[in-house]
Amino acid sequence: MGGMDGFGKVEPEPNEPPFHEPWEGRVMALSRAMGYAGAWHIDHARFAQERLPPQVYLTASYYQRWALAMETNVVERGLATAEELKSGHALAPGKALPRKFTPALVREGLKRGSFFRQQQAPPRFKVGDRVHTRNIHPTTHTRLPRYARGKFGIVELCHGCHMFPDAVAINRGDDPQWLYTVVFEGHELWGPDADPTLKVSIDAFEPYLEPA
Amino acid sequence: MSGKDHDHHDHSDLSETQLRVRALETVLTQKGYVDPAALDEIVEAYETRIGPRNGAAVVARAWCDPAFKKALLADASKAVATLGHVSRVGDHLVAVENTPKTHNIVVCTLCSCYPWEMLGLPPIWYKSAPYRSRTVKDPRGVLRDFGLSLAKDTEIRVWDSTAETRFIVLPMRPPGTENWSQERLAELVTRDSMIGTGLPKQPGAEI
Repeated sequence: MGGMDGFGKVEPEPNEPPFHEPWEGRVMALSRAMGYAGAWHIDHARFAQERLPPQVYLTASYYQRWALAMETNVVERGLATAEELKSGHALAPGKALPRKFTPALVREGLKRGSFFRQQQAPPRFKVGDRVHTRNIHPTTHTRLPRYARGKFGIVELCHGCHMFPDAVAINRGDDPQWLYTVVFEGHELWGPDADPTLKVSIDAFEPYLEPA
Repeated sequence: MSGKDHDHHDHSDLSETQLRVRALETVLTQKGYVDPAALDEIVEAYETRIGPRNGAAVVARAWCDPAFKKALLADASKAVATLGHVSRVGDHLVAVENTPKTHNIVVCTLCSCYPWEMLGLPPIWYKSAPYRSRTVKDPRGVLRDFGLSLAKDTEIRVWDSTAETRFIVLPMRPPGTENWSQERLAELVTRDSMIGTGLPKQPGAEI
């Protein structure tokens, strides 16, 4: 939603608790445990949220979106049926998943996994290169934000070769791609009225970029 | 609090969301995918152990130890991994330094990516539409919502966390803290100062 107008002020909440309702903690923990179990990848969770109708996406809370996305992935991946979720009881045994998050694993299991993958080709760009982001509008998951499509920027960092969310989310494997921080001048993104002191960077996978 | 604790509870006062989440947990438990006791442990870890004190310790160390600061800015994942006492961050942490010339702000416009291991769970405002939409276009307006006003000529650098890289801001050390211990300095480091929507507390205001 980068660059959209009309959402109003940011409202910090003093002394905010980690969870406002106990169910939020359950959703967060369920999501971590199912991710650890290998039920799906984080990009499947993100893609399921992005497929929510806009009026639902914009009115649901953060953890409500997580819960809705989890229901989608559970059903789509055949881990339970919609009927089971509706009734609140399993009607058939579960499928085998690669592993299970047990209480003893709480330290190891919460460790963040690595997204590095073996490179398939040398990097196409180097730090300092001027690049142009592609003007692409896939209906599936992508990490190229709309406000940064078709823009000129400079490669500032190279983060190595990572699994490619656009492929992972639609079950096309890791499809490893080089990942770069690309920085844009404010006026390149927002026109002549932009804050002249503004620079914005995104992390862009190589397929999002072309030489400029 | 696991779903089990409530089996005999009257459901009439529960919201639709609570009921749906309970149904989801019950089904995934009965299917053998999750263990409610493990869910309790995960919730507790984020309620009690994984929070912004982890990041504050890293910042305070960087303020005291020039070699560590250099290592942190060169490769934050590696540098933080050398500190045994903070939770493990994985491979993709980047620290960005505030200077008198440049102020950094971190956002995720696409979802709400956030350095959980350094700062704990993100606050609601970080996940909200106003923050996600405006920060990349009108960061000074967003900072004003936090009561923060920067010099007109300060360069503002917004880092949109669009991949699995996670960013933490290394704020400037407040003046008047020479000879302070690392532990005392850590008390000045607020969560928001490591996101870029705030500054560290000034000496005398640390309580």
